[in-house]
Amino acid sequence: MSETSWSSRQTATWKTKVGLAEMLKGGVIMDVTNASEAKIAEEAGAIAVMALERVPADIRVQGGVARMSDPKMIQEIQKSVSIPVMAKCRIGHFVEAQILEALDVDFIDESEVLTPADDEFHVDKHGFKVPFVCGCRDLGEALRRIGEGAALIRTKGEAGTGNVIEAVRHMRTLMGQIRQLTRTPREELMTFAKNLGAPYDLVVEVSQTGKLPVPNFSAGGVATPADAALMMQLGAETVFVGSGIFKSADPKRRAKAIVEAVASYKDAKKLAEISYDLGESIPGVDVRQLNDTQKLALRGW
Amino acid sequence: MKPIGVLSLQGGYDPHLKMLARLGVEAYKVSTLSEFDNISGLIIPGGESTTIGKLLVQHNLLEPLRERIRSGLCVFGTCAGLILLAHQAEGSVQPLFDVLDVDVKRNAYGRQSSSFEAIVKLVGENLPPQMAGIFIRAPQIIRIGSEVKVLASYEDFPVAVQQGRIMAASFHPELTQDTALHEAFVKLAQS
Repeated sequence: MSETSWSSRQTATWKTKVGLAEMLKGGVIMDVTNASEAKIAEEAGAIAVMALERVPADIRVQGGVARMSDPKMIQEIQKSVSIPVMAKCRIGHFVEAQILEALDVDFIDESEVLTPADDEFHVDKHGFKVPFVCGCRDLGEALRRIGEGAALIRTKGEAGTGNVIEAVRHMRTLMGQIRQLTRTPREELMTFAKNLGAPYDLVVEVSQTGKLPVPNFSAGGVATPADAALMMQLGAETVFVGSGIFKSADPKRRAKAIVEAVASYKDAKKLAEISYDLGESIPGVDVRQLNDTQKLALRGW
Repeated sequence: MKPIGVLSLQGGYDPHLKMLARLGVEAYKVSTLSEFDNISGLIIPGGESTTIGKLLVQHNLLEPLRERIRSGLCVFGTCAGLILLAHQAEGSVQPLFDVLDVDVKRNAYGRQSSSFEAIVKLVGENLPPQMAGIFIRAPQIIRIGSEVKVLASYEDFPVAVQQGRIMAASFHPELTQDTALHEAFVKLAQS
């Protein structure tokens, strides 16, 4: 027995939650649907995997209600890799979140990719030990989610389309609003907050720091190394890739290439090498052909 | 005085840069071999050690950097940085520098829900008696060689160590307001 008395541990603090998000910067988080895909992702250099039953492209085609994954599958993935394992709960479905916490996942994604369980309220994320990531289309949505306790924000894009246009739109909107906020005089901030529908204190903080209070990642439609590097150059600090990897012709090579692209996102020569002969990308969808009920990004309040 | 380089292949390099800026020390991100020529010391940040290791191999940095560290480049690794500097990571075959005579166990405290903050005791010379520690899916140092000096401990395990011009911590001083270990590292790099 030790004779020294040690200071007690404070677990699951805001600093440990945002700290994990900090450590995930400059990487790629990959959607996987089973243990062997998770292995491929880890082998390729993914910093974390997102365990889900169907990738968004399949959810889009097959329809129906998309729910939290089976715990059996999540645990199999947890056993197969040493990197962090994330999993998704439906928007507002705090019991799915409780179950994911009981399974000890490393991050919970309260995600628009699954069918929302509540069309008015999100999960109170402060009440959980496990950190949350949430999607946003603009600054107001980002700050509402952070206000609810999200330790990480990702722009939504349009998941499962293999089309990066919505990811670009959301990142440009978010970064543009942040830039605008840094030039806004203090007396205008309350009205700015009112118009955004965002917590005033967070608006003041962003106006002073010029960045979100938590890391800012990108998701939804990234299909190629160039797409990933594009999102990084636009201001993303890490990239989520869903259907883009395992719906392509050669997932192993593509996964590795996208990891490389994020690490070298400013080096066009390297990006050219990385992009060489990767085989077919996910076919993709023109988002102009989607009606509002088919757009996942519109979920979230 | 040459600046400090912070390895920026993946992970938490920004908090280190902020910490060094607060100390008034010039520092920048480094990720290519030529950038390592003009630094007095290198910080290897936290992040995913398997990812950073793979990128070091792919970018042909592992061997040349190992050589530089062996021939005296001052280096400080935190969390994943500690793992990368270690001799061995229990149960893993990932690429490591193998320049610091310690063995580590990855994620030794458990998954993210067990990540924690605590006060750690410092034992080195010229260090304050304690500092804040943030442990995130942290590794544990399970063996230390005879040349290795313990700088900090928590619950009977060493959590910061030094061997010559190599320093490493299993936690994240860069996420706290405590500059003690960074100050010690800058001093070491300048000596």
